[in-house]
Amino acid sequence: MMDLINHLSLGFSTAVTLQNLVYAFIGCLLGTLIGVLPGIGPTATIAMLLPATYALPPVAALIMLAGIYYGSQYGGSTTAILVNLPGESSSVVTVIDGHQMAKRGRGGPALAAAGLGSFFAGCVGTLILAAFAPPLTEIAFKFGPAEYFSLMVLGLIGAVVMASGSLLKAICMIMVGLLLGLVGTDVNSGVARYSFDIPELTDGLGFIAIAMGVFGYGEIIANLARPEDEREVFTASVTGLMPTKEDFKRMFPAVLRGTALGSSLGILPGGGATLSAFAAYTLEKKIKLKAGEVPFGKGNIRGVAGPEAANNAGAQTSFIPMLTLGIPPNPVMALMVGAMTIHNIQPGPQVMTSNPELFWGLIASMWIGNLMLVILNLPLIGLWIKLLTIPYRWLFPAIVLFCAIGVYSTNNNVFDIWLVAIFGVVGYTFIKLGCEPAPLLLGLILGPMMEENLRRALLLSRGDWSVFVSRPISAGLLAGAVALLLIVLLPSIRSKREEAFVEEAG
Amino acid sequence: MQIKSQKTFFSGIMFTCVGAAFALGAANYNVGSAARMGPGYFPLIVGVLLTLLGLVVIATAFTGPTSDGEPVGKIAWKPLGFIIGANLLFGILLAGLRSIGLPAMGLILAIYALVIVACMAGANFSMKLSLVLATVLAIGSYLTFIVGLKLQFQVWPTFITG
Repeated sequence: MMDLINHLSLGFSTAVTLQNLVYAFIGCLLGTLIGVLPGIGPTATIAMLLPATYALPPVAALIMLAGIYYGSQYGGSTTAILVNLPGESSSVVTVIDGHQMAKRGRGGPALAAAGLGSFFAGCVGTLILAAFAPPLTEIAFKFGPAEYFSLMVLGLIGAVVMASGSLLKAICMIMVGLLLGLVGTDVNSGVARYSFDIPELTDGLGFIAIAMGVFGYGEIIANLARPEDEREVFTASVTGLMPTKEDFKRMFPAVLRGTALGSSLGILPGGGATLSAFAAYTLEKKIKLKAGEVPFGKGNIRGVAGPEAANNAGAQTSFIPMLTLGIPPNPVMALMVGAMTIHNIQPGPQVMTSNPELFWGLIASMWIGNLMLVILNLPLIGLWIKLLTIPYRWLFPAIVLFCAIGVYSTNNNVFDIWLVAIFGVVGYTFIKLGCEPAPLLLGLILGPMMEENLRRALLLSRGDWSVFVSRPISAGLLAGAVALLLIVLLPSIRSKREEAFVEEAG
Repeated sequence: MQIKSQKTFFSGIMFTCVGAAFALGAANYNVGSAARMGPGYFPLIVGVLLTLLGLVVIATAFTGPTSDGEPVGKIAWKPLGFIIGANLLFGILLAGLRSIGLPAMGLILAIYALVIVACMAGANFSMKLSLVLATVLAIGSYLTFIVGLKLQFQVWPTFITG
């Protein structure tokens, strides 16, 4: 307990400097700004803004990126409630009841429920992160290469389970990612692989260029191919923000349940915000309606508060595997890992001991970021609503431009611009073929790490593959991965899973 | 034999091709043994696995329960061409293209070109509107990236700055 307080006070003393507070604020503001715009999720937002953080010191850069992440998460729920369009996948369920509330002139309380619920969940999530990170790190130090390899397998399988659509395709996408991650110079032999004598390729494919191409350009092209839909924006209906006493009574238990669910699901590989939100909505729906309560799907405040709390708690705790093990559980964290390596910090258990200011400062700034978002979002809601009325035809050229400038500035090399173009086409192809790109990004980041650990594990065991099952932790992790796969393949769960994703699509 | 899902069928082909390409490429490098892996070992394994899984995906395309055949649908050539084109043009203008002797035109011109071409990807193109947007974005980018973040960009064409 004392440790926790000491750690947190170190964190707060790092985070509460004027400079870092300003960066946290800028991050939250930019994140919300872009997150509010429909059609750009957190992954694209972070990829787009990542280059802007290069010049900053590492702590400030990560604090700002974390702010961008929460901001875009929050912004997404605003869009979901007011426009009936989820800003990103984790607010898909918020749309269902949130938009109905807005339609009935209760957009204000819906926004407040989302904001306050998220804040509460964020606080709890931060505490959990701070409490669980040190023991997990200790376990991580016991990990050898075999354990790391198995853990990555588990992580990737977890990510696949979360991808909507075909499981098989998602596994294939991971492998494509793994292979793309191998392009470049092999660290052990110095051989330039798949570089076709192009000097830029010997450094490997930039994951920022790939993320921007696939998530940014691919999405834009697909959006433009659809006829511009009529957006219903409920601007006039947001009058009173405060929920009534009755609302509070209903939403509080929902927030508690959502937080508990989200914090536990967020830690799981492949978990995080989206899974948490879905699970929370399902849970709320199962709980019996009280007398006089609006049914679900018609604007029940619990249907907003629960999932919103859950997605924020999940977003928070999904930092745990990234910070303690260096293994990203979702694409957003994959980008954070990339950002850390750019600043010469190798993510993993050693970060906590070698860079305690960074580690605890980041955790403290998460809480500060959450507070800032409540302060930013509720009073500034009018501004966000204005943003929502900007037509898409003004937005997409700006997004294309920021992607191009951003990717160029990563290396000051035009080659990256060609790369974004290629992966824009690739991303559009994926959308056309119904292949979800998120697993690819994870594979891309994990590819070199997996190869390295596989290599080391087998070198130590003199080529004996049984090392992965003879070491207990490694065997346990692999068993977990197999179990996950089996569970998903079970016929009854399979149909449920498909149902859940159909709900998402509809 | 009838393809039940076009999307699945073509994604299977894509996976098989990518897997096979990487696996064949791996043959150029030293594969080594499990205990002493060469640079070709891991790509060979993953490439072969992906090739096999791709074939399975192709097979599932014939069995699925879908009724509409899940067609891939029309390719949106217009947005695809203009968005990617805008991006390429930006790169060419920003840094020049040595192979055809085009000097660097700098950031501002590149922004105008990108925005105008990208706007053409939308439904109702208006030159006036896209010029307005380009001007706003050019000024904004100049202030943020050059003045604010001090990124190293060539702002004006080479023949002006010399």
